Amino acid sequence: MNTTSIHRYRRPPADCHPPNDTPAYRSTATRHPTQPLVVVPQTLSEITGPVYGHGRPGPTDHDLTRQHDGEPLGERIVIAGRVLDEDGRPVPETLVEVWQANAAGRYAHAEDRHEAPLDPNFSGAGRALTNANGEFRFVTIKPGAYPWQNHDNAWRPAHVHFSVFGRSFLTRLITQMYFPGDPLLAFDPIFNAVPGESARRRLIASFELDTTEPGWALGYRFDIVLRGREATPMET
Amino acid sequence: MPPLTPSQTVGPFFAILVPERGRLRLCADGASGVPIRVEGTVRDGKGAAVADALVEIWQADAAGRYHHPDDPRAGAPDASFTGFGRIHTDAAGGFAVETIKPGSVPGSRGLQAPHLVVGLFARGLVARLVTRIYFDDEPSNAGDPILALVPADRRPTLIAASRGDGAYRFDIALQGPEETVFFDV
Repeated sequence: MNTTSIHRYRRPPADCHPPNDTPAYRSTATRHPTQPLVVVPQTLSEITGPVYGHGRPGPTDHDLTRQHDGEPLGERIVIAGRVLDEDGRPVPETLVEVWQANAAGRYAHAEDRHEAPLDPNFSGAGRALTNANGEFRFVTIKPGAYPWQNHDNAWRPAHVHFSVFGRSFLTRLITQMYFPGDPLLAFDPIFNAVPGESARRRLIASFELDTTEPGWALGYRFDIVLRGREATPMET
Repeated sequence: MPPLTPSQTVGPFFAILVPERGRLRLCADGASGVPIRVEGTVRDGKGAAVADALVEIWQADAAGRYHHPDDPRAGAPDASFTGFGRIHTDAAGGFAVETIKPGSVPGSRGLQAPHLVVGLFARGLVARLVTRIYFDDEPSNAGDPILALVPADRRPTLIAASRGDGAYRFDIALQGPEETVFFDV
């Protein structure tokens, strides 16, 4: 069979993703493609993807405070959210992964040279599978801000890296979640590489009393929206 | 309708999540098909190794089927082969993918030549780059509908060079005269 009918995915709006050439973020200089991207139609190769390609997360994978003998230092938080598509439909059974610095702003990574203490009780990586409603929930500690070499007196705002797969190769997304009211956001070239102001706001979690656990942990909500599909299938 | 969440760079520290470096084995024992090994390096515009890239591979099985519910064709894919893997480049920017050669899959205007779909993340990349790995010993490349959209002088950047015994070379250049073709898909 040489032809088949597929549901294509909508193209992202122009103000959503950062441009590959973002001079203020210096590492892009020698790494961004200089030739224009070649626009190609979506095929069966792209509208499929690794939905089954992962082992299921273990029972404590979503709780970054329970991966060692002791509790990590820092402000305990809950991050709850939903993975949706652009039509508002939940994306069930999809893998959501996070990684982050510890409360002092140091990653448990050999290349992180920031002179801040490591925490023996914090590795900083977590995994969860969304439920039937597209919901996920992580327990962690609030990461610290940290300096980097991008420009004079450069500091990354506190953030949690998120990796999401969704239904296809085209829905794959890696992003960063920020915290509301962080004064460093105004100065961060990575956050500000997102062209649209409303698009940037979507990277900031909201404090949520309903997610806050009394006497135990502050709650933040971070919903993630992945590419949605065209309404009608196309012959390909 | 909720608006799309923007992309942000993977940054330099994703090894906390993906510690495996250099060599990726994509197929379980018993997957049917011809075993292949694709090796390459990722380099930046100065020719320096990109030792902090995340390379993701998605591919069909030997019969050209995807292990996915949206592959509408009848018949089951090879259950011992999911078709996905990811690897952190090594200190020299290198990666090696051990897998089976994918079959042809339907595309726009006819069959597509065998290929691996590649997603690339790294510090300095604000969003994923997408490319494909084709194979230089496949005559069907000449009729591939995606390759046909690429300027002829840049097509070689998408084609892995056979070194015999199922080994192929596929280097990724983010910039420079050999800059790899990346797709907007």
